[in-house]
Amino acid sequence: MAEAGGRASSSPLLGGGEEPTLAQLSQVGRRASSTVALDVPRRQLDLPELAPPPPNLPEVSEHDLVMHVNRLAHRNYAADLGAYPLGSCTMKYNPKVCDYAAEHGGFKNLHPAAPAELTRGALEVLWEAESVLCEVTGMARATFQPPAGAAGELTGLLIMRAYHESQGRLRTKVLIPDAAHGTNPASVTLSGLVAVVVPSNERGMVDLEALRSVLDEDVAGLMLTNPNTLGIFEEEISEIARIVHQAGGLLYYDGANLNALLGVVRPGDMGFDIVHSNLHKTFATPHGGGGPGAGPVAVTEELARFLPGPVPVRRKDGMLEWEVPSASIGRLHGYHGNFLVVLRALTYMKALGGDGLRLTGERAVLNARYLAALVADILPAAFEAPCMHEFVATAAHFKKEYGVRAMDLAKGLLDTGFHAPTMYFPLIVEEALMFEPTETQTKQTLEALAAAIKELAVLAASNPEALHEAPIKTPVGRPDEAACARNLELQWVR
Amino acid sequence: MHYTPHTDADVAEMLGALKLDEPADLFAHLPPQLLLDRPLKLHQGMAELDLVSWIDETASHNRSELICFAGGGFYDHYLPPVVRTLTMRPEFVTSYTPYQPEVSQGVLQALFEFQSMVCAITGMEVANASLYDGASAGVEAVNVAVGATGRNVIWISRGVSPRTREAIETFSRARSLELIEHPLVGGRTAWDVAAAGPPAGVITAQPNYLGVIEQYDPVVDMAHGLGALAIAQIDPIMMGMLRRPGEAGFDVVFGEGQPLGNPLSFGGPVVGLFATTKKEVRRIPGRLIGKTVDGSGRTAYSMTLRAREQDIRREKASSNICTNQSLNAIAAAWQMAWLGPQGLAEIADRSVQKAHYLARKLAQLKGVALAVEAPFGREFPVMLPLEPVDVVKAMADHGFLAGIPLPADYPEFPGGLLVAVTEKRTKRQLDEYADALEEVLKNG
Repeated sequence: MAEAGGRASSSPLLGGGEEPTLAQLSQVGRRASSTVALDVPRRQLDLPELAPPPPNLPEVSEHDLVMHVNRLAHRNYAADLGAYPLGSCTMKYNPKVCDYAAEHGGFKNLHPAAPAELTRGALEVLWEAESVLCEVTGMARATFQPPAGAAGELTGLLIMRAYHESQGRLRTKVLIPDAAHGTNPASVTLSGLVAVVVPSNERGMVDLEALRSVLDEDVAGLMLTNPNTLGIFEEEISEIARIVHQAGGLLYYDGANLNALLGVVRPGDMGFDIVHSNLHKTFATPHGGGGPGAGPVAVTEELARFLPGPVPVRRKDGMLEWEVPSASIGRLHGYHGNFLVVLRALTYMKALGGDGLRLTGERAVLNARYLAALVADILPAAFEAPCMHEFVATAAHFKKEYGVRAMDLAKGLLDTGFHAPTMYFPLIVEEALMFEPTETQTKQTLEALAAAIKELAVLAASNPEALHEAPIKTPVGRPDEAACARNLELQWVR
Repeated sequence: MHYTPHTDADVAEMLGALKLDEPADLFAHLPPQLLLDRPLKLHQGMAELDLVSWIDETASHNRSELICFAGGGFYDHYLPPVVRTLTMRPEFVTSYTPYQPEVSQGVLQALFEFQSMVCAITGMEVANASLYDGASAGVEAVNVAVGATGRNVIWISRGVSPRTREAIETFSRARSLELIEHPLVGGRTAWDVAAAGPPAGVITAQPNYLGVIEQYDPVVDMAHGLGALAIAQIDPIMMGMLRRPGEAGFDVVFGEGQPLGNPLSFGGPVVGLFATTKKEVRRIPGRLIGKTVDGSGRTAYSMTLRAREQDIRREKASSNICTNQSLNAIAAAWQMAWLGPQGLAEIADRSVQKAHYLARKLAQLKGVALAVEAPFGREFPVMLPLEPVDVVKAMADHGFLAGIPLPADYPEFPGGLLVAVTEKRTKRQLDEYADALEEVLKNG
């Protein structure tokens, strides 16, 4: 009988004591760095604003620094340690061959201001990544400037706005389902537009009647995630696209959930005009403790002239050159976005090829559907529709019967050696727990995760207090977040 | 190649449990007209060895071996192996945003230490846990100034990085802000106090894009006299030598953090630095890590002031940021700790001394002159008798990335080339650079 590779309960999180800060480890006169001697004649320079002494940075030995950082690492969960079923985040395995690409000196030592003829390889990477992304999403052109999903949303909304302006009209309303990611409405505000919420129906999908009632000539477009944030495919998408287009609006695809559809359905074929993808989700680039990500935006041929510039274009002689699109919305990033993340993603795309991408989407859905079935009697899905790559369950009955909340179950799961699911999202589901196992977990891991959830259900009934106190096996227990916000300590005191 | 672990038996059992016959049935509830009826038009998947060959081959099409004299916010400093090794620990690389603090203390404490060290080098009271890059940090600085004052005019020095100014322009168009640029005269910003206003913020750069060291007090006094926020874009390495902007009274400090522990990376991923005063703490964009205790009184770190953020405040959030640049911030933290106060001061000193050595050598070449007379740090513009774009191409044949041509961004400097020097450049490289430039100019 095979064991579950995704259970991390053996991980030796050492000690349980506190880790001092670098400031506490600091000792005046100690240092890690050595600096090259000055090999040109020193000159007395008359510069303004000089300010000795140097900044108050910590003074530590290299060994102290190494031990400190490695101990910190021991106090952190990661996808490389165990299963990370955090819904909406697609915490799949990050192949190490992609690290090889990003750590290659030929790429990472490249200055961004070097001209195209000295950076041919980098332009080839961006060009090929664009062509793969456009084939997967069914779009015509793309930009890799947006360094994250939310930046992609802002880019897409500015394109939407510029498109309407080019038609001689200023439309200000952007429709957003009530289950949408918080970044959607925040990006709308940042782009100078106004978010209008569209309610979901009893099946967890966009309510078509409600949508019709808010469609007017002030609507710039609709932002939609499909599968939506409940993990459910919006079956009426073709009709949604038809009526939004009929009203003169554009359709924006939030690609957070693209993993479910790889090689199965393409956003362009569903009628979307603007599509952002999260390379750090779907295309396996590591999340880095909260970034870097990459949120490229792909658009239809009609919208390509609005893309941020510059973008690579192929000259007649076959060479790639930079060019700013004719009606570009301008620059969103200092240079070309998170280039090394794009390189990692392209490496992954090339490893998989068309067949591998399709298999990835299929097995992401298979894993989620299987896990949902295994836990259905304990954590029922919030809506009945078959889930795609993730599912949202409700723990409302635990709260009602035992006073155990979704958060208590999530914290309890940490003590069993698994990362918690996403909690309290989407907001329309009471005591929501959102699971996204991803395609890289084994059947055994899913079964072990389901078994751990069952143990928690038993504990909730027999000893709910234990779950209120969870987690207890982690380096720290629940932080006092209220005190944290009240007595703000945002840097060390020396 | 693919990374799914399912055996045929696994798939059969899982489908069986779901009462499905074949994998395609997983999508049976989707509208059939939407299902892609053909394979993706992509190449076959590649074996890992073939993939590595492709990576090596494509990388060889880049001239990354050129000795780097380009700057403009991105600098070729020494990156010690220890910083890379520590940063690439999988616990930092493969974790998500620390939403579950009990199992994320490593990332949280690392980012808390990053915030602390950014405060140390900027002299500010509060720093966030990073933004995307210097340009997007500039956009967020504008956003804070507009929020704090309710005004919609921004004064910005032409010495702020052109890439940052372009990003701010994109944002300003969307938000109907008026961006008023103040010119450089003799290399330094000449502020026009009679410009349209009053401004929400006044943005200077230290050093400015031409490498010139600006004076703090006039701009801070002017900004505060107008009721505006005083904002500075900084080069973090030069903070090893210059007065910290916080001590000069700035309200917001931002900058490109790449020189701290991150490779040039063709411009990304790098890290945006953002620091401000306690007064503006609730307007800060992005993540903030705070120190607190757990139920047993143990020190614990947690994301804090979350009520500013998009997942809670939605359309009323102070910014739309979700993913940021944590790993690059972590690299910057370990680099700052490795350098320590003396190390940061020393690399600033070496870079500036060597830049001045090269500037003097270049100024002696026939047809070459320094473009400005104002005092500069580790970067300076020279005027060449040939098109700088052509000079950069020709210098590549001598093994150098010669600098950044200025005319595209600063037409007032025809023939201008911006040259940057770091502690990594040896005297021999500097001498050879000067010789190569002499030859290039001679050959016309």
